[in-house]
Amino acid sequence: MPINPKAKLAKDVLNVKTIKRVATRDGYGQGLLESGTRDKRVVAVCADLVESTRTEDFAKKFPDRFIEVGVAEQNLITVASGLASYGKIPFAASYAAFSPGRNWEQIRTTICYNNVPVKIVGSHAGLSVGPDGATHQAIEDIATTRVLANMTVISPSDMNEAYKATLASVTTSGPVYLRLCRENTPVFTTSKTPFKVGRAEIFFDYKGKPDVVIVATGPLVYEALIAADILEKQGRKVRVLNLHTIKPIDKVALIKSAKDAGAIVTVEEHQIYGGMGSAVVEVLSQSYPVPVEFIGINDKFGESGQAKELLEKFNLTAPSIVKAAQRAIRRKS
Amino acid sequence: MKTIRRRHKKTTKSVALHLRNHTIKLLEERANIIRQSIIEMLAEAGSGHTAGALGMADVFTALYFHILNHQPQKPNWEDRDRVILSNGHICPVQYASLAYAGYFPVSELLTLRKFGSRLQGHPHRESLPGIETTSGPLGSGLSQAAGIAYAARMDGKKFRTYCLMSDGEQDEGNTWEAVMFVGKNKLSNLTVIIDRNNIQIDGVTENIMPLEPLEDKYKAFNWHVISISGHNFREIISAIEEAKKNYEKPTVIIAHTIPSKGVKAIEGDYRWHGKPPTPEEAVRFLEGFRL
Repeated sequence: MPINPKAKLAKDVLNVKTIKRVATRDGYGQGLLESGTRDKRVVAVCADLVESTRTEDFAKKFPDRFIEVGVAEQNLITVASGLASYGKIPFAASYAAFSPGRNWEQIRTTICYNNVPVKIVGSHAGLSVGPDGATHQAIEDIATTRVLANMTVISPSDMNEAYKATLASVTTSGPVYLRLCRENTPVFTTSKTPFKVGRAEIFFDYKGKPDVVIVATGPLVYEALIAADILEKQGRKVRVLNLHTIKPIDKVALIKSAKDAGAIVTVEEHQIYGGMGSAVVEVLSQSYPVPVEFIGINDKFGESGQAKELLEKFNLTAPSIVKAAQRAIRRKS
Repeated sequence: MKTIRRRHKKTTKSVALHLRNHTIKLLEERANIIRQSIIEMLAEAGSGHTAGALGMADVFTALYFHILNHQPQKPNWEDRDRVILSNGHICPVQYASLAYAGYFPVSELLTLRKFGSRLQGHPHRESLPGIETTSGPLGSGLSQAAGIAYAARMDGKKFRTYCLMSDGEQDEGNTWEAVMFVGKNKLSNLTVIIDRNNIQIDGVTENIMPLEPLEDKYKAFNWHVISISGHNFREIISAIEEAKKNYEKPTVIIAHTIPSKGVKAIEGDYRWHGKPPTPEEAVRFLEGFRL
């Protein structure tokens, strides 16, 4: 079984029909509640999206440590900056399209250059927001956050990982961006799956050298696993790397992947320009250049539709990943 | 010690007549020393903002040498009053105040804006003791001050937070998001001082983007408003004392100031917002303080 046993993924992980589906934002909500219980410095700030960013349970349990700023994303971030410079650990939540979308300069100056430990929570990232359409689909946020000095960028692949990432954000010094999604997506990791900020995890692998390594982030890691399963049935050897932390990036794991396979596919629900794939190539081009194929959004805006319809239209699902892997392998010779 | 009341414009307030004339004289002398340092710093740097820095010298002197509960030798003392400079471009006045208050050597002032200096062109929190927040991009200071004041109240801390803003940055949306937030939360431990000098880079505020009636705007957002002359130490100090006694509302002190106050040749001239004196001009300006 090429699912890496050390990853301790869910049983029957590849059975798409039976796998449980919960949104990564729900993992955040539980993680925030637990963080608040463990550490009194944790406070939550929200911009009129308490329910949909899953800040609600924290707000109910710790009303004195919850701050509502209204529809004001610039104030959201700058109030959080003040709270953090005093000594609090604020989680500032909104939709990713607005934060870090609308308030990017405030994040740059008052969070990152100021170097204070604000945890910026961007929910509803990616196309899978669905019917709300392109205005609410943040597909540039990895680019705009990873470019900021001092920032850590984490894009959890499922609810369990979002929970762990939230707890880890508290102990990670400095600013953190947590990228979350609205849609219910497969819960394929478990509480025992290893998670460490900055360390990519191998979810699917062979003992020998793989033909190709698929580097994926966010809920699309699951699509990468499905693609790997299909490729395996075609006789290909595939490794899947879950790159949940985009910054600081796991250079060791990426360079090893390039050396082992000689071909890479990157998978993200984000613009190709400036996204996770670009970050991977920034590493490889300096150390061990190999052919890389990008799965991502190709310089377009999204549109309304169901998450599944949109992911298919924009070629972000397993069949597209399979084709990209085949192209990458062909380019090796 | 006695306190009397008198009328000033629309606002009734106590004027700190209990302050001895000698105290006032010392503050005035201190402010003029700070002004001279600002001129020297800017001339040496060859760039920077003159008008606002000179115009706010009296307010900064009142804060750092009379009002603040602080320990310059322990800049991170947890119960210190916080000063948040929102319009970071007038930092030469803050740097000079910090240096004379003992946060760092006065000799370092002449490194302003130079390579390797802790005195960055706009304040950087991690570079210099006494700087609470990195600032420069306008409109973000008040909400950071609000975050600090809110956190202080959460923890039952008694320190006060002072936020210094320009009038030009009242144009910013972020400013009014913060004004609403502070009013909603009745952050009476927060005092804002607006440098109402009526100028911004492109000209006079009332031409660029009219702010008046500014007092009424803040009142409408549930703030306590006091208007004063920003060059009268008794008015500055009594306004801040009045703010401390208000447990219901945040206070904004609209300090009417003269741009480049103290250098007669350029007082009130908006063109001095963003340029430094040349070395020759600096010599001439400094002579004015020795007459």
